[in-house]
Amino acid sequence: MLMKKALGAMAVTGMLAFAGSAVADEKIKIGVSYPTPTHAWAAGMNWHAEQAEKRLEELYPDVDLILVNSPDPEAQASALEDLVSVHQIDALVVLPFESEPLTDPVLNVKKSGAWITVVDRGLSQPGIEDLYVAGNNPELGRVSAQYMKTRLKDGDNIVVLRGIPTVIDNERFDAFMAEIEGFGINVLDHKHANWNRDDGFEVMQDFLSRFPDIDAVWAQDDDIAIGVVAALKQAGRDGDGMFVVGGAGMKEIIKGIMDGETLIPVDVLYPPAMIATAMDATVQAFKSNGPVAGRYILGATLITKDNAESYYFPDSPF
Amino acid sequence: MVTSSTETTAKRSSIDFKTIGPALALLILCIIGFLLNPSFVSEGNLTNLLTRSAFIGIIAVGATFVITAGGIDLSVGSMAAAISGVMIIIMNNAVDTMGTGVATVLLGCGCAVVLGIGAGWINGALTTKGKIEAFIVTLGTMGIYRSLVTYFADGGTLSLNFDIRGTYRPVYYDSFLGLPYPVWVFIGVAICGWLLLNRTAFGRYCTAIGSNEAVARYSAINVDRVKTLTYVIQGLCVSFATIIYVPRLGSASASTGVLWELEAIAAVIIGGTVLKGGYGRIGGTILGALILTTIGNILNFTDLISNYLNGTMQGLIIIVAVLLQRSDWKLGKSK
Repeated sequence: MLMKKALGAMAVTGMLAFAGSAVADEKIKIGVSYPTPTHAWAAGMNWHAEQAEKRLEELYPDVDLILVNSPDPEAQASALEDLVSVHQIDALVVLPFESEPLTDPVLNVKKSGAWITVVDRGLSQPGIEDLYVAGNNPELGRVSAQYMKTRLKDGDNIVVLRGIPTVIDNERFDAFMAEIEGFGINVLDHKHANWNRDDGFEVMQDFLSRFPDIDAVWAQDDDIAIGVVAALKQAGRDGDGMFVVGGAGMKEIIKGIMDGETLIPVDVLYPPAMIATAMDATVQAFKSNGPVAGRYILGATLITKDNAESYYFPDSPF
Repeated sequence: MVTSSTETTAKRSSIDFKTIGPALALLILCIIGFLLNPSFVSEGNLTNLLTRSAFIGIIAVGATFVITAGGIDLSVGSMAAAISGVMIIIMNNAVDTMGTGVATVLLGCGCAVVLGIGAGWINGALTTKGKIEAFIVTLGTMGIYRSLVTYFADGGTLSLNFDIRGTYRPVYYDSFLGLPYPVWVFIGVAICGWLLLNRTAFGRYCTAIGSNEAVARYSAINVDRVKTLTYVIQGLCVSFATIIYVPRLGSASASTGVLWELEAIAAVIIGGTVLKGGYGRIGGTILGALILTTIGNILNFTDLISNYLNGTMQGLIIIVAVLLQRSDWKLGKSK
């Protein structure tokens, strides 16, 4: 299957090379490599990458973006090798599956002389990438906590639903806890809901049975938030000013915010569109007269009714 | 009939512990839950618990047949996800022609049943006619069904049309005589399963094939047909579980039903069914499903244990529950 794909890719590039050599071999080739979308956030990323490819290739006819997605770290490592040997890319935009197993493959691409842009997940060795584009996990926790402080007062109770036990989850959680410290908000308990609707529903059901008085929920993620809302409605506790704060920027949630939903009044951005930011910046590394190399950390914007429209992509799967 | 009754007499002295073991484990868990937080036994929480165990419980009733007949089905979680996905797509597409009423929901449910039976039959036919080990067949279909739902959802989440959700929602959230509908489905499936396994020739054939397939074949049992039927029953159970799962959140994605197969198998084994086949207990399976759900519930009710150790607690309790009913302990005798 993979073999077939690779052969297909080789055949196609072979043809392109024949056609290309006649016209102009001067195209700037940029490989974009990321995991095969298996959950909604990644599917959104895939969509935004495809949109950016269309837009950038229209804008710059001499730029050729090659999107490749891989189902596991080993496949991604081989995909990177192919991008160098078959396509001879001038730059690589990569969202690594895992840091450790992909550090060496990316280093090899770097040795071929290509520009390297790393997205979202850092490599395990510093100094390989020219540009690093990422969302801001601690900031997501901090912004969520700051919003909680505007809505709650001393002595109010909240519960927290966390993601999958990972560094990302810890960064968000620790920053949230640090920000609310000393304000008098009681965190009744925090449990892992694995960035998943079903787990969000069940954990919230149990929180509702356990705690009679909850004023707000930090769900950290939009999928969890959807499960939480279903549990609140089932228990009939969706009234009396209770609110839920999620995160990421799922289109259904953003739509709700635009429509003035009170149960999920805001969202904190951790956008899958960051891949498009990375692709834009990488093209600018070849096109702009300004320097591009460095670290580009996106803000964790608080999405409210006022600015929701600019973050709403109805056609994206996320 | 004759063989099964002699077997019962031979095992009589240890059979008590086999029956009581899972019930005892569940009772102990409930007492722990109550001591940790008295609201554990509140009506709301008990209803949640029963409703939640319905998914795994119904699937595990099907798995009891497969395992009793010496097979295994690893594809049930993925199958549930794929059926939910197709069901949602069918109902969304039927809105234009059939509206958002009960007819559309029934169409969706009907398709789910057909798909479940079909998927089960594929597993069964590949195992018996194709002569491939059940583990490999269902490992393969597990991957196929899981990637199909990812493909249908375009990597994201399939969501049910908002108006149909309104029609369909009561199937999960409403109650009859104080018990939510999913619990009634669970009870119905459990009773049918118990009758089928313990009171029919088919049930005895399953047990006979599981204990010794060759002997069953010489005894003129149509082994291939019975084994295929166990997978069809499993598929049917998965579609029932799906029918009550979809109205809960009205969505399906690649993360739907992940690891349900292992939970179902664990429920079956905790309940006293033997993994290598030949001995099955539907009652035990039900208790096993309840035990698994209760563990998760209790862990959410306490902050005494680090979140990171949830898996450890679950593993320990599963092993202790099986240990309780397998070991001969003091009352056990030789044999």
